[in-house]
Amino acid sequence: MGAVRGISFPRAPASRGHPLYRKTRAAKMVEWTDFERETIQNIFAQMDYEEIGPAALSRCLVVYPWTQRYFGNFGNLYNAAAIKSNPLIAVHGKTILHGLDRAVKNMDDIKTAYKELSVLHSEKLHVDPDNFKLLADCLTIVLAAKLGSSFTPDIQAAFQKFMAVVVNSLGRQYH
Amino acid sequence: MTSLTAKDKATVKAFWAQVSGRAEDIGKDALGRMLIVYPQTKTYFAHWKDLGPNSAPVKKHGMTVMGGVADAVTKIDDLTAGLLSLSELHAFTLRIDPQNFKILAHNILVVLAIMFPTEFTPEVHVCMDKFLAALARALAEKYR
Repeated sequence: MGAVRGISFPRAPASRGHPLYRKTRAAKMVEWTDFERETIQNIFAQMDYEEIGPAALSRCLVVYPWTQRYFGNFGNLYNAAAIKSNPLIAVHGKTILHGLDRAVKNMDDIKTAYKELSVLHSEKLHVDPDNFKLLADCLTIVLAAKLGSSFTPDIQAAFQKFMAVVVNSLGRQYH
Repeated sequence: MTSLTAKDKATVKAFWAQVSGRAEDIGKDALGRMLIVYPQTKTYFAHWKDLGPNSAPVKKHGMTVMGGVADAVTKIDDLTAGLLSLSELHAFTLRIDPQNFKILAHNILVVLAIMFPTEFTPEVHVCMDKFLAALARALAEKYR
């Protein structure tokens, strides 16, 4: 038993199947107001995926250039103009944006809905989860540019809350 | 993080020239937005009764803050020296946690995107983001 200055810590169990690793807390669900639910449904119902997806991803690659590390075989990312006109990036931007549909349809349990996607990003794609927030911020700004003054502070708050939950869920299965 | 290149500074100055006419509106909207989207920032304004976006002190303060940003653009070649007294103010009197500078910067960028969707290109965005980060660093200089 390890003891440091009178505090003793239990020795960590050898196997992750040990009862000490069992999660006994009841799952806490995110609570959404009616306004927040409606706002998210509305935003995505009117979303122009062809425009917003590519715009958000390409902006991310320009504003946070280190994110380009994940796109080594996507062709020319040499400057902002090249990124903007890159067809592979455009397709991928749209794919990523559609990836949010699952959360839009499962707002009451985004954590579970994104379990596989989280494993994918961790085990297969090896994406640093800090990057999710960077892309989320760029998406917020692209959406703001598109919606203009109808992107009110309350709508911004709802959208950013939604994105924060998505980002958190995507990072959950990393170990 | 990285320091401002000559190109960054030129981009910031050129973009600021285009938008400075609406600096007051930008400031009012950004501060108002921040108080709603990041409610923890309201803790610094407990002395105002009304913290809604239409509140007079909120609007006035938004203009004050944006005036500081405008001033910083003119001192872009040496922000640390140029913002020395503002840094002392924030460090010793206001004692605002520097994490909040990032939060306000984000809301400024959102407002710029809303008001100037065509001009606020990714290239301008990255330069403004870098500038606001450098501004924040200069403001935090005297903290400890």
